[in-house]
Amino acid sequence: MKIIFIMIGISFIIALFFLVAFIWSVKTGQYDDTYSPSARILFDDKPNSTLDKN
Amino acid sequence: MSGQIEKFSYDNRISRMFLYATLLWGAVGLLVGVLIAFQLYIPALNFDLPYTTFGRLRPLHTNAVIFAFVGNAIFAGVYYSLQRLLKARMFNDMLSKLHFWGWQLIIVCAALTLFLGISTGKEYAELEWPIDIMVALVWVIFGVNMIGTMVKRREKHLYVAIWFYLATFVTVAILHIVNSFEIPVNLFKSYSWYAGVQDAMVQWWYGHNAVAFFLTTPFLGLMYYFVPKAANRPVYSYRLSIVHFWALIFIYIWAGPHHLLYSAVPDWAQTLGVVFSLMLIAPSWGGMINGLLTMRGAWDRVRNDAILKFFVVALTAYGMATFEGPMHSLKTVNAFTHFTDWIPAHVHIGTLGWNGMMIFAIFYWMAPRLTKNGKLFSMKLANTHFWIATLGMILWSVAMYWAGTAQGLMWKQWDANGLLQHSFIDTVIAIVPMYLVRAIGGTLYLLGFFIFIYNILKTLGSAQAVHEEEAEAPALVLNNENHSKLSGYLRHRILEKKPLALTFWAAVAILVGTLIEMVPTFLVKSNVPTIASVQPYTPLELEGRDIYIREGCNSCHSQLIRPFRTETERYGEYSKAGEFVYDHPFLWGSKRTGPDLAREGGLRDDAWHFRHMKRPNSIYDDAYDNPPSIMPAYPWLITDDLDVSNTPDKIRAMQTLGVPYAEGYDANAVGDLQEQAAGIANNIEQLLSGTGEDVVADEIKNKEIIALIAYLQRLGTDISKDTNN
Ligand code: HEC
Repeated sequence: MKIIFIMIGISFIIALFFLVAFIWSVKTGQYDDTYSPSARILFDDKPNSTLDKN
Repeated sequence: MSGQIEKFSYDNRISRMFLYATLLWGAVGLLVGVLIAFQLYIPALNFDLPYTTFGRLRPLHTNAVIFAFVGNAIFAGVYYSLQRLLKARMFNDMLSKLHFWGWQLIIVCAALTLFLGISTGKEYAELEWPIDIMVALVWVIFGVNMIGTMVKRREKHLYVAIWFYLATFVTVAILHIVNSFEIPVNLFKSYSWYAGVQDAMVQWWYGHNAVAFFLTTPFLGLMYYFVPKAANRPVYSYRLSIVHFWALIFIYIWAGPHHLLYSAVPDWAQTLGVVFSLMLIAPSWGGMINGLLTMRGAWDRVRNDAILKFFVVALTAYGMATFEGPMHSLKTVNAFTHFTDWIPAHVHIGTLGWNGMMIFAIFYWMAPRLTKNGKLFSMKLANTHFWIATLGMILWSVAMYWAGTAQGLMWKQWDANGLLQHSFIDTVIAIVPMYLVRAIGGTLYLLGFFIFIYNILKTLGSAQAVHEEEAEAPALVLNNENHSKLSGYLRHRILEKKPLALTFWAAVAILVGTLIEMVPTFLVKSNVPTIASVQPYTPLELEGRDIYIREGCNSCHSQLIRPFRTETERYGEYSKAGEFVYDHPFLWGSKRTGPDLAREGGLRDDAWHFRHMKRPNSIYDDAYDNPPSIMPAYPWLITDDLDVSNTPDKIRAMQTLGVPYAEGYDANAVGDLQEQAAGIANNIEQLLSGTGEDVVADEIKNKEIIALIAYLQRLGTDISKDTNN
């Protein structure tokens, strides 16, 4: 049944990768603002638009 | 903190290319699906040709719809949304093109090889090793292109959809590579590195996560872009989307063993799978609710807008499928539904409902935006398509829920004497009408698809194309203040400055870690037989097994008897892990359209199999007016010579995998094979002499059928040798 441990190992590595990604995303402030990203995607980036220039 | 305004353009051409490919392969995949659905009602539609039998077309259907239809659709949507979410053109146009043409080349190779019966025998991973390598390469091209775009993005925040795309890329890459370890015999044939139970576990770890990371996460990502866009409302709760993403990612990977409940897999692993499967309900429904509620305030538009309608049904289907999935993971439910038509019903709620309807909605929304006038050719036709597709899906799945329940009950029914009430063929006869309903449902869905193709092509064709969409956005300036606040560690600083270098290195780390973990299994012979009487297949049986794989018999037959009295009574002693140690690959199957064959050996005589394979209904002629068997006929096995030119190579490949053939046995293999074949041929000649179906041993002894019969007669017999000794 060694394969089980290998697979659990691989799954752990994947999970670890996502854990690191998660910590990165929280620490770099990806989730500081949990509203405006959802609204921002509704605007297009047409040339000369006045939107989205912060 | 925003930089100078930069002008650039979005690459629409690549989305358009993937969109056309989706239409083409979608039609092919669904058409094959409808054909095999009808084959189960009218077996004559197998046409007595190798290329068109169910066993070969079923993998063609699954591969075509999953990887060609859904795959191309994912790429179309990802290339469209990713650029806009990151406010950047794709990293490299050349990579985009390579990705597109590479993927189409893979599809063509896949279709050709599956027609020819070139298959590894592992569900959803049937493609042989050269194509596996191509898939890995093209997938990496996709990943590099995506991550490259993230690096040059103009929007600091990575919108939740992008996380879903990223998770898709990373996880699918690893799953594909791990599950595809195989040892080549030649260009067109390989054996899975793993054997028996181990192979089963790797396969379903892959299979389950393929559903998770190919059919689910990319679509959730697409949903988070296209549903808000189409409804013109921000997503209901952005916070929920984040929570549900991370929860989903962390839970999904562990649920694979729920495909192997009551099998020879260790109990604790099964339980692990069950627990995580149940937990999956929460994040899955989080996604569904978030998607549906995004349309709040737009419900009035749902009445007229086919796009929103498709989204509503898609999300509802997603909710149903992800409720049902955890329910199937409960052992009591699983005991009943596993191996029945309930499972295809469940799967098609997911594919026809969730994936299909998402694709329709996204394309109806996206196609006009690839043109100057930005209008869909006909919303009315789109609405028609919606109703036809929905009706088709409902017919399809209700018929199969019905069939699954009926057959499941009949398999378990005892009579007053404590014997099984129904023979297997009775349970087939009972549900065959439902197969017709299913086929009609599928036909409707296909019909809808043609309307879809027409509408999209008209939309794209009747207006000027916008291949380059002009856009502008301020350049991204990294906020240094933020950096120093975080931590003083240099390592962290590097990660923050180059956030996506993290992705790259982590992926490298995973791959290196994977390799290091895998090496021991390659070096150590771990196939220690736990049952002394279990012996390797003889060369003839091995060749027969390869025919079984080539013809895809495992798409209708399981080889795994579960430890229930209803099953041991019908099929014999339940399956033990130790019986499969030389099975590269495992052939447990997942569906019992025909009976389990794990203990077929010795159950019938050689001549019975000979007649049955030639024309399955031959054995029912006396007892039935209407031929009841829906198994295809295999006349070519009786006329085609067995190719023994690779037999020594196969033996050597097996030896490499640790199967204990004697040193130098490859040299004797063909001799042994011919001797065993002559014995079986003689036996058939004798048994059939005077029946009017006489055959001459010398004429059939080197035919493929003999090898297949040798294999069938071997199945499950080793263990009874044990008790005799
Ligand atoms: C379309 C699904 C399908 C495919 C593909 C299929 N079978 Fe069958 N098989 C059935 C059904 C249904 C039965 C039960 C009716 C009958 O006996 O013909 C059956 C019965 C059998 C039996 C008889 C079992 C018994 O002892 O009663 C054997 C042996 C068998 N199949 C072998 C094969 C082999 C070998 C292949 C591949 C070359 C194959 N089948 C492909 C559906 C299928």
